[in-house]
Amino acid sequence: MLSRVAESIYWMSRQAERAENLARFIEVTLHMTLDQPEYMVDPWESLILVTGDNELFESKYGEATCQNAVQFLAFDREYHSSMLTCLYAARENAKSIRETLSTEAFEQVNDFFHFVSESSAPQLTDPTADFFDKVRCQALMWTGVLDSTMAHNIAWHFLNVGRLLERADKTSRILDVKYFNLLPRLEDVGTAIDDLQWSTLLLAISGFETYRREHQLMDVEKIVAFFLFHRTFPRSIYSCIAGADWSLREIEKESQSDFAGEAQQRIAALRHRLTNTNVKEVIAGGMHQFIDQLQIELNAIGESLGQDYFYATQSA
Amino acid sequence: MQHQTDGSVLQRQSIGALSIDTVPKLAEYQTDGFFDELVDQNNLARPDAEELVSLFNRLPPHELIRRQDAIERALFRMGITFTVYSDKTGTEKIFPFDVVPRIISAVLWKHIEAGLKQRIRALNRFLCDIYNEREIVQEGIIPAELIDSAPAYLDECRGLKPFNDVWCHITGTDLVRDNSGTVYVLEDNLRCPSGVSYVLQNRHVMKRNFPQVFSASRVRPVNDYSSRLFELLRDVAPPHVSDPTVVVLTPGVYNSAYYEHSFLAKKMGVELVEGRDLVVEGDLVYMKTTAGLRRVDVIYRRIDDTFLDPKTFRKDSVLGVAGLMDAYRTGNVTLANAPGTGVADDKVIYAFVEDMIRYYLGEEPILPNVPTYVCQKEQDREYVLAHLDELVIKAAGESGGYGILIGPQADAKQRDEFAKNIIADPRNWIAQPTLQLSRVPTVVDDHLEGRHVDLRPYILCSRPDDVWVLPGGLTRVALKKGSLVVNSSQGGGSKDTWVVAEAGQAVASIHGSDDVVAG
Repeated sequence: MLSRVAESIYWMSRQAERAENLARFIEVTLHMTLDQPEYMVDPWESLILVTGDNELFESKYGEATCQNAVQFLAFDREYHSSMLTCLYAARENAKSIRETLSTEAFEQVNDFFHFVSESSAPQLTDPTADFFDKVRCQALMWTGVLDSTMAHNIAWHFLNVGRLLERADKTSRILDVKYFNLLPRLEDVGTAIDDLQWSTLLLAISGFETYRREHQLMDVEKIVAFFLFHRTFPRSIYSCIAGADWSLREIEKESQSDFAGEAQQRIAALRHRLTNTNVKEVIAGGMHQFIDQLQIELNAIGESLGQDYFYATQSA
Repeated sequence: MQHQTDGSVLQRQSIGALSIDTVPKLAEYQTDGFFDELVDQNNLARPDAEELVSLFNRLPPHELIRRQDAIERALFRMGITFTVYSDKTGTEKIFPFDVVPRIISAVLWKHIEAGLKQRIRALNRFLCDIYNEREIVQEGIIPAELIDSAPAYLDECRGLKPFNDVWCHITGTDLVRDNSGTVYVLEDNLRCPSGVSYVLQNRHVMKRNFPQVFSASRVRPVNDYSSRLFELLRDVAPPHVSDPTVVVLTPGVYNSAYYEHSFLAKKMGVELVEGRDLVVEGDLVYMKTTAGLRRVDVIYRRIDDTFLDPKTFRKDSVLGVAGLMDAYRTGNVTLANAPGTGVADDKVIYAFVEDMIRYYLGEEPILPNVPTYVCQKEQDREYVLAHLDELVIKAAGESGGYGILIGPQADAKQRDEFAKNIIADPRNWIAQPTLQLSRVPTVVDDHLEGRHVDLRPYILCSRPDDVWVLPGGLTRVALKKGSLVVNSSQGGGSKDTWVVAEAGQAVASIHGSDDVVAG
């Protein structure tokens, strides 16, 4: 397929996934504030910190209130990674490769964009509002439409790599939100409040029910293991990496190159490392450090993709 | 007038007064003395519009509006939109669409089709001729200086021989009807005519919203356009290529017709490429893919001539492909349409098309030109300057409704300005009488009013004598009351166009592509 189209479909997929995950971030934080006693650290500030774009936020909004944070993360078109900016970009990318997508897929991303664009901050911060339910439905429709209306050919594999790399990154950041929130009061570990917060976290990756079925009780190690290493849960980091690894191998098959691309080598190495790491080592070594390293590796894979596929120069 | 353009009037008279009761009348509608495509001067439905008019009469109040809304929502959902102002706000609108279709009788269509085929055959011969032998100049029919001074004339194309001798593969001719119902050719549009995607989309939404009346009206299908286009493009590939790779070349997502480029690529199942996706090496054209470079044999290009190749034409073009013209000249790639066709769109050259038909084909033109005064000719110029308040003045090299003065609607200051322009550069100006364009009922608020329309049929030409006309076309409508300007950039909208089938012709099915043959 055309290199430009591959790049656009990859980004379209990442951007839509990013928008969905931002909604999950906001939702989980909103729930934390509802359940949380006043002495804990302000979750909105830590949420902004987790995005890594705290400087831009402070220069524009100053204090991290609920309203400000939601406005910034969901609707700020000047912020390069707000939900609305991501969906706008996803839709622009979709427009530029419309001939590659199914009609249903284009209509879905179009609809998703219009839905968020017509919503506003008060709708999000009102806990009774159904904004988040609707966003989830939109996101599930998007995933379902891509998977069930398009051939799982090379184009689909590029979008699968995009969404899984993005999802792995965001799952790690959701875990990081909790890390920041935990910092000041380690003695809360294991309390009822803490349980509630971990549950909320699991809900954010739609993993609460699966976790309960497998482990029943809330246990920090098991929850962290669930996030990082679950073999089959579709939002665990391992499962995302394994899926992206598979798609990259399929892409490699079609490129008929004699040796594996850099992206494929890197992702195989990451998958190998995840397989051979256990949760005790992660916690002992510092979860934040582990997640930081993971994010660096994910970025490197993304960069290799560009070299391997998006800037073609050789004759076939 | 040379021909009976619509059999309806005669037929009605011969049936006599008895049938008047059974012919539905469009209630509370004013033709205002204009020629209306759906009803006669007494508001009685023309024969092929009877089903439609009775439907309108039956519909409860607001039902038409409801369907209009439903269609607009569908178009919005399909993302067939343009951004109104700066992107930041994201405000988007659909291209205005009106639910009332325009209906064209089988008799009238036969006349239009024959006229268009004749015209394309002659225009194609003209393009071959002027870029090669120039016999028409030697015969003294068109002065060489008028051709050479046309801004769209490309000296770089001298001596070119496109495969199959086809220059204008895809054409979208603009037709208008005046108060007598006579069909005139207004413009030929031999470069990159757009709008065919709207023909197909309009049809799609109309079938969904008016299934019964659509079925009953025995409309000819348009949905095989993309297969026809694809076959044409493969047919004109370099002859040595057995399984040609076809692509659509677009200027990119910010072009106003981008939706159409994408739509056609998708319907044909071919790659939509931008200039940056292509590269020329050793006079061969390649596209850059994830598996390296891949040969391209046929380019349906939707980029203007002078942007095609920065090596040959505009050096500042970032939309084109360096070396593309060399690959084309060497015969390694087909460009559709061929570069250089724009010369025949020049409004001064247009004035000679009837002469071309007589010269190349030895036939009388079936479809007349709108009478045209060429300001370069002294006699014409004097007439034009003396009658600015009656005429439409047009810049020879412009299109899209730009550079136009509609004399009767202009003020003295505007007319003075155009007079100065004409005197300063007569080659660049032509004038035509102000035609009272025909009208079609159009939804305005909660009722129907007449609005002026034109018609753009689409014509495919794969060999000099193999010309196909899509039975349908884009009916553009000037939505502003009294306006004669139908261009979408100037407040125009569009309508579905129903060409009625006669016995033996395929009829569009409401269930998509399984069209049936009429009995």
